[in-house]
Amino acid sequence: MKAFTQHEGLVVPMDRANVDTDLIIPKQFLKSIKRTGFGPNLFDELRYLDEGFPDRDCSGRPRNPEFPLNFPRYQGGSVLLARENFGCGSSREHAPWALDDYGFRAIIAPSFADIFFNNCFKNGLLPIVLPEQVVHRLFEETHAQAGYVLTIDLEQQQVRKPSGEAIPFEVDAFHKHCLLNGLDHIGLTLEHSEDIRAYEAARREKAPWLFDAIQ
Amino acid sequence: MAAQTLYDKLWQDHLVKAHNDGSALIYIDRHLIHEVTSPQAFEGLRLSGRKPWRKDSLVATPDHNVPSETVERAAGVQGIRDDISRIQVQTLDENCRDFEVVQFGINEPGQGIVHVIGPETGATLPGMTVVCGDSHTSTHGALGALAHGIGTSEVEHVMATQCLIQRKMKNMLVRVDGELCPGVTAKDVVLAIVGKIGTAGGTGYGIEFGGEVIRKMSMEGRMTVCNMAIEAGARAGMVAVDQITLDYVKGKPYAPKGEQWDRAVEVWKHLHSDDDANFDEVIELRGEDIEPQVSWGTSPEMVAPISARVPDPAAEGDATKRTGMMRALEYMGLTAGQNISDIKLDRVFIGSCTNSRIEDLRAAAAVAKGRRKADSVKQVLIVPGSQAVKVQAEREGLHEIFVEAGFEWREPSCSMCLAMNADKLGAGEHCASTSNRNFEGRQGYGGRTHLVSPNMAAAAAIAGHFVDVREMAPVPAEEERV
Repeated sequence: MKAFTQHEGLVVPMDRANVDTDLIIPKQFLKSIKRTGFGPNLFDELRYLDEGFPDRDCSGRPRNPEFPLNFPRYQGGSVLLARENFGCGSSREHAPWALDDYGFRAIIAPSFADIFFNNCFKNGLLPIVLPEQVVHRLFEETHAQAGYVLTIDLEQQQVRKPSGEAIPFEVDAFHKHCLLNGLDHIGLTLEHSEDIRAYEAARREKAPWLFDAIQ
Repeated sequence: MAAQTLYDKLWQDHLVKAHNDGSALIYIDRHLIHEVTSPQAFEGLRLSGRKPWRKDSLVATPDHNVPSETVERAAGVQGIRDDISRIQVQTLDENCRDFEVVQFGINEPGQGIVHVIGPETGATLPGMTVVCGDSHTSTHGALGALAHGIGTSEVEHVMATQCLIQRKMKNMLVRVDGELCPGVTAKDVVLAIVGKIGTAGGTGYGIEFGGEVIRKMSMEGRMTVCNMAIEAGARAGMVAVDQITLDYVKGKPYAPKGEQWDRAVEVWKHLHSDDDANFDEVIELRGEDIEPQVSWGTSPEMVAPISARVPDPAAEGDATKRTGMMRALEYMGLTAGQNISDIKLDRVFIGSCTNSRIEDLRAAAAVAKGRRKADSVKQVLIVPGSQAVKVQAEREGLHEIFVEAGFEWREPSCSMCLAMNADKLGAGEHCASTSNRNFEGRQGYGGRTHLVSPNMAAAAAIAGHFVDVREMAPVPAEEERV
């Protein structure tokens, strides 16, 4: 997994609560058997004025001029500013894959849905929870200042504004450690193989019906 | 030992290792696999030279992309017309072959929606941890299991290690006491719950559903309720084991038998919350207060009783919610204050991991019997959740009732719940759907979904608009009709 230490990036506002993963990446793109290439279809139904299909070149499609991702001022954005319950709905990891493929490195919101939140960490994408009023102020500042940039410092657990003001954020110690070092979760878990085997042997003894029923 | 909730017990029982930073390794007993969220996980195993830790914990089946239309379906994987859908199903075939994973293939007797075939075969059992790369894995919690959806990286993680890295969730109890009125179903109960606590109300929690209404509910009803726990934001929903659970599980093909059954029952009968267990949050509803529900918006929390009107955003105090409601009404083409019962339907979908089991089909058939769909309704799809459900329904003659009513009897698949196969809504079309999500575009680009129970969906198909299924006049028996 790619590491996340510090990132400075242009902020893109997504001013809408309960953004679900169907909206982030519609179902027709889930037919891919790859992990990459979802970026052009991120927020497909909001971003374009026509229906999107897999394997279709998006460069000539009519764009929705009212959607922030299409505003000239937000081109090259890499920090997504969102509202409450971002990423609700389906468990599709295609949602963080699409955000990552587009170029986002961090998402700031007052709250996230559980499965999406967890999926982000597996892909080097940092979801940051900040209080609603703080997020609201960030929206105001993003709207007010063209080229509004935030610096995200994972080590210090700070979001720094252009003014120099630092906003602290919480992050799970395990996720922080893995992100800072770009660690592969599977490799980490396999370091505990002995514990897993011991647990498994005891479980087989206690509940043998859970083993070998399906062959 | 301190009093424990059902979730506390299931967590404790699967704890391999607790780390100092609050994370823990949790052992996974059953891992269900389908074609959409697994290809990248198998590819990850290949790239790292890893193999599944325990092959006998894996069960795979294609469900999201497989055609429901009978002729296309009969031609098997090769016959899937959509090229990318076909490749995805073929990829599952190849991966299951290469990694020696048991798969119920496209037209094999065990095939069906993963969340339907798990309980019905006994592949998912009480006391298990169950995961799948699908958020509706919460369904299996109805058995008294800890079951939740995971992303594709975790699909790979569980295949490679048999474990998940987790943090313990908080405990929520949703109690539904009293009694349901006739015609009110498990779907109405869970829609009412989601409407009450909101789509993020359960975030960070595992929800146990309890109370008299849940205790009296059939296993299939409990599955419908747990299925939609995720629509309230909770990854896991669960119901305590009782005699109804044991009677359901007994005799299932993969359930323990003989002496092992007796041993299992000894363990399973402790799978309930202790009397004085502490919940971080308790929500209470009365069964009598629940009417048949219809969703009017683009989030499952946007529901109303059939007797109500579409709510007015102007009356909403919270600005973010108000904006969301206005956007939803615009997308849905509805006006604040209009009667829910005046909403006209273009299509009706009865199926999905929420409502495609035999009891759901019986409920729909009971309404459809002797009636015909309204001419204004273009299509009514009845999609059984599994091959086994289909066989049972045909044995009972339900398919004939549907066909006589002008409904289409289809093949087991996820179908129009998320429109990954050919079953889709057209832009602007309204659909009465027994599925679980009414998100924008979910059932087709520009499509408008209204979530309802199977009997309400069937009633809407007959009337052409929503009606209170409890007020439909009985159909005269065959001999009384002229």
